[in-house]
Amino acid sequence: MEIDKITIMGGIGKDGQPEKVEQLDLKMGDIVSIVGPTGCGKTTLINDIELFGNRNTPSQRQILLNGEPVPDDFTFDPSKHPIALISQHTNFLSDLPVGEFLTIHATVRGASNIQRVVNETIEFANQLTGEAIIKGTAMTELSGGQTRSLLIADAVIIGNSPIILLDEIENAGIHKTRALELLKNYRKIFVFVTHDPTIALLSDFRIVMKNGAMQKLIFSNDEEKRAANKLKSMDNIILHYRSLVRSGEELHAHILDEELIGIN
Amino acid sequence: MKLIVFAGPPTCGKTTVIRQVIRRMIAGNHKPSYIKIDVLYADEDEIIKKEFGIPTRKIYSGELCPDHCNVVVLDEAVEWAERVGSDYLFVETAGLCLRCSPYVEKSLGIVVLECTSGMNLPRKIGPMLTLADISVITKIDLVSQAEREVFRYRVLEAAKEITVVESNALYGIGIDPIVRRIVKTVDIEFPMYLRGNPPVGTCTICVGKKEIGAKHHFGVLRTMDQELYYVGE
Repeated sequence: MEIDKITIMGGIGKDGQPEKVEQLDLKMGDIVSIVGPTGCGKTTLINDIELFGNRNTPSQRQILLNGEPVPDDFTFDPSKHPIALISQHTNFLSDLPVGEFLTIHATVRGASNIQRVVNETIEFANQLTGEAIIKGTAMTELSGGQTRSLLIADAVIIGNSPIILLDEIENAGIHKTRALELLKNYRKIFVFVTHDPTIALLSDFRIVMKNGAMQKLIFSNDEEKRAANKLKSMDNIILHYRSLVRSGEELHAHILDEELIGIN
Repeated sequence: MKLIVFAGPPTCGKTTVIRQVIRRMIAGNHKPSYIKIDVLYADEDEIIKKEFGIPTRKIYSGELCPDHCNVVVLDEAVEWAERVGSDYLFVETAGLCLRCSPYVEKSLGIVVLECTSGMNLPRKIGPMLTLADISVITKIDLVSQAEREVFRYRVLEAAKEITVVESNALYGIGIDPIVRRIVKTVDIEFPMYLRGNPPVGTCTICVGKKEIGAKHHFGVLRTMDQELYYVGE
């Protein structure tokens, strides 16, 4: 099935009142963020999308695929599932080695060259994480960052899902702007639940949530994109200094001063 | 009378699934009743009675294995369900030794499994899974999507014909397909027979007497009201 867009038909907020955003299209190639304070319903919104809510979840939202409600059997064959959800969980519970797990998943997804996609997945994940993932490692032994990196790589390469939902990828100690750059090479719909201003501003638009309801949409204009690029430079400085501290270096404030001036 | 048997390891979410199903059954003007068979302790019958006001009972298997208890009391249980005016009897049981299965011919067998139990669970639980009609996979919100897909694959590998339904029962997701199958279940027929071949053993059920009801068995038996008695030499 070719996917052009998904549509979110608004439901109700926690107060039972209709959502201010009544209808919203996410088109192929869109990068979208969901922002708002903790507990405002961001994760609930992506759960509704992932489960193809059909007025049957507490929010009463309805999700349309290419403008149509989703048939029931679509929901129950995960190997046809067009949506991959990378949740906030940073632990695997599966008691299998990484290589075997990915091999089964690639089999389920009907990959033509299983060994190749498994290797590609591990390579992709290793670009996002500090410590390289090895095929023979048990899934349960991976660190939080390794787990999250592997989940993203698995969704993009093995799952090859056209729609990818990512819940707070900034929390897991992975290289988030590197992740954003890598992901932009794939034409998909990406939805980021995020508290990170760089990710939010580098998106095409963001959905602002409050009290369980979608309040408004903000499209990033040129002014915001300029701010985003500055924030990205600041992030890169922080990452650079993080790796210096990690590797046992001592820091010098005057070098940092110059780098901060460099941003302007 | 339609007989719906729910089985699954302890704490896998059977009762949560059943409560969601009962809510929808009542909304659809059906009249379910509910029996919980457990070994030592159960309060699900009281919770469900309080929540829905439907006829409920609990049966402690006590000294008997719960699946064995199920076999010797299920005919009385169906009569009870008819007496209290219900048209669907939901039986919830925890198969513990994993060598039997509680499903009866013409019933609908539903096994509830939590996807957090490890990838080898579907290979470990034998006829409780392989003889079921539907496998409900619960707690899907606790694992990654990739793990869900691999778990589902392992379920289908063990039970090729089974219908897999993924459910986040707390959230009420994935319940409607279960209800649709329940409503399509055929009426139970007497005499009732166990669906599977029980394992080789020394008790009447283990050696292959599949007839339901204490009158078909000998050795240590019991009634629905917890009275053990002995039939035999």
